[in-house]
Amino acid sequence: MRTMSFDETIEDVLAQTMADDPRIILFGEDVQLFQANLYTQFGGRRIRDTPISEGAFLGAAITAAMAGMRPVVEVSLVDFLGVAMDALLNQASKLETFSGGKWKAPFVLRTTCGGGLGGGGQHQQSLWGWLSHIPGLTVVVPSTPADAGGLLFSALQHDGPVIYMTHKLFTDFWVENLGYLGRKTVDFDLPLAGMRGTVPEKWEPIPFGQAAIKRSGVDLTIISVGVGVHRTLEAAVMLEEEGIDTCVIDLRTVSPMDTAAICEAVSSTGRLLVVDEDYQGFGLSGELAAIILEAGINANYGRVCTEKTIPYSRELEAQTLPNKERIVEGAIELMDRS
Amino acid sequence: MEPDLWYLYRHMFRSRLFEQVVQVFWEQGLISFDMHMGYGEEAIAAGIVCQMVDGDAMALDHRGTPPLLMRGIEPTLILRELMGRPDGLCGGLGGHMHLYSREHLCASSGIVGSSGPAGAGFALAAQYLRPGTLAIAFFGEGAINQGMLLESMNLAVAWQLPLLFVCKDDKWSISTRSASVTGGELVERARGFGLHTVEVDGADVEAVWHSAGEAMKRTRDGGGPTFLHAHCVHLEGHHLGFFLFRVGRDQIKEMIPLLGPLLRSATRRKGGSSRERIRSLTDIATRPRDAVKEQTQKEKDPLYRTRQKLISDRDRLEALEAEINVEIQDVMEVALED
Ligand SMILES: Cc1ncc(C[n+]2csc(CCOP(=O)(O)OP(=O)(O)O)c2C)c(N)n1
Repeated sequence: MRTMSFDETIEDVLAQTMADDPRIILFGEDVQLFQANLYTQFGGRRIRDTPISEGAFLGAAITAAMAGMRPVVEVSLVDFLGVAMDALLNQASKLETFSGGKWKAPFVLRTTCGGGLGGGGQHQQSLWGWLSHIPGLTVVVPSTPADAGGLLFSALQHDGPVIYMTHKLFTDFWVENLGYLGRKTVDFDLPLAGMRGTVPEKWEPIPFGQAAIKRSGVDLTIISVGVGVHRTLEAAVMLEEEGIDTCVIDLRTVSPMDTAAICEAVSSTGRLLVVDEDYQGFGLSGELAAIILEAGINANYGRVCTEKTIPYSRELEAQTLPNKERIVEGAIELMDRS
Repeated sequence: MEPDLWYLYRHMFRSRLFEQVVQVFWEQGLISFDMHMGYGEEAIAAGIVCQMVDGDAMALDHRGTPPLLMRGIEPTLILRELMGRPDGLCGGLGGHMHLYSREHLCASSGIVGSSGPAGAGFALAAQYLRPGTLAIAFFGEGAINQGMLLESMNLAVAWQLPLLFVCKDDKWSISTRSASVTGGELVERARGFGLHTVEVDGADVEAVWHSAGEAMKRTRDGGGPTFLHAHCVHLEGHHLGFFLFRVGRDQIKEMIPLLGPLLRSATRRKGGSSRERIRSLTDIATRPRDAVKEQTQKEKDPLYRTRQKLISDRDRLEALEAEINVEIQDVMEVALED
């Protein structure tokens, strides 16, 4: 076992797979300096800066992949995908079906998501529910360096489009370059256990659609993803003091979802609380409720999500994003219901 | 007609002083995220905004402070918004990239290129509801490769909208030299859409005033949209605490932690040719230095340039600066009140 940061993990997997597979090239805005180490090792032919033309370069990644390459495309924040949605909504996601299953586009879209840095409602969205809504896309949201590496390793071997989302708070790079920015006068509630951790000596792929049980418990199941997993684990410690024994599940991939693990955990506790940093309406939290209902599981259900546009004010932001106090409150309320 | 240089300088100096307070507050941690300054754009803003009239509208990018101040928005409201206070311009909900003033018809966005469509819609309303008024769209040269901005240029010509496209060209988009990802000449590109075009030194407030004034008159009279290409610098780089500037300003201190990983990448077995690797390393080492050198030239600072023209009347100049100093001190104190 080695210890690595989230950023180092991603770089390590990219460096290894790019060395082994010349079809992989990486492009996006500012990647030559944001990924200076990879740029140094692989040069400007394989690590390319792009114009601010997300619609063009994301769209181009799809057909480049169809024609034999394995592009890794970087869009710095998921919010910026708004300008390039055609590529995902009507092209990448449709290809396999439209070609009668004969053609697939193996590319990885790397992007960051999530809030907690005081960046307001246009730079801190999660949007994995929005993306997973579209059939044909794989959506990955790791919460530890080990998962980040294993899932990226899988993404780079996958035969279709993968959207690989990194929460900004996990990465030293974004916490520094959007948060601290050389200052010592600001504080962030960093999910330290997710920023650095042990990783395998040799990267092995982690299959998509396989959740991780982070903590077992008999009273209540909490399902989350990304930074929410760490907020939930902290809340679980507080709940323990209240005598509530919580099972915590990290989905790791939003699409495909590990339905079997979800159903098993919820049927054994009879209670499901979803902690989702993405928007509450029409998203992951509702989908999980539907999965439980469809499986005929009788369970009490609650959710702690982002209910509205994320406010810029740091104080209001902290109340809007799921935090451990809200999770504890939601859990106790669910326990009191029956 | 000749511009009142004293009047223009008053606005520019006031904006500069106000932003210096913003910088102090940001350094103290009272303002979050990557604060984009208008330092270096003051002459472009003043030369244009000082010629706007009631009913004119502005679509702003992520550097909205100078135009909003010059348009007459209460400075305390802006400062409090940047601090995320409930008594800020937008209740502390928007933040520095999302400043709005309904009564002044000003809207901002942090999505690069979005001021194009926003400007087009404001111009449509001007044409339809308030003949004789117009809209301004501000953006950087990096935005010129964003599809929606180019589409807006065509739309504006097709509908003969009263719209002034203002491209504030500092040659850099974050850490990328815009020329390295942009084809052709910008003015020629705009002409290709059928836009009337002007090119101007954006540090020369009189030149901006003249060319913008002509274009604004033309568009108010129904002569259609104009593309104004104004060259400028950003004295603090892309945003406060910008990593490229931190490295460029203190290469020894800031480069040392990066060197180990860079050299390790440069010597890894598989990857680019040694020529490519050397080229990457040279690029990584020169970009920070070049960015700082190019952006901080005194002769390109519009405040310095304008002040030189007024310095012969030193008493009047100092009196004006002292008066504004008092005002901005007061703004700062009021903004900090409970
Ligand atoms: C659609 C979109 N893509 C990327 C970004 C990230 N981004 C913010 S500012 C910027 C550079 C903009 O450069 P330019 O238009 O030249 O303006 P400048 O910042 O130099 O004034 C980028 C890439 C964004 N905000 N929106």
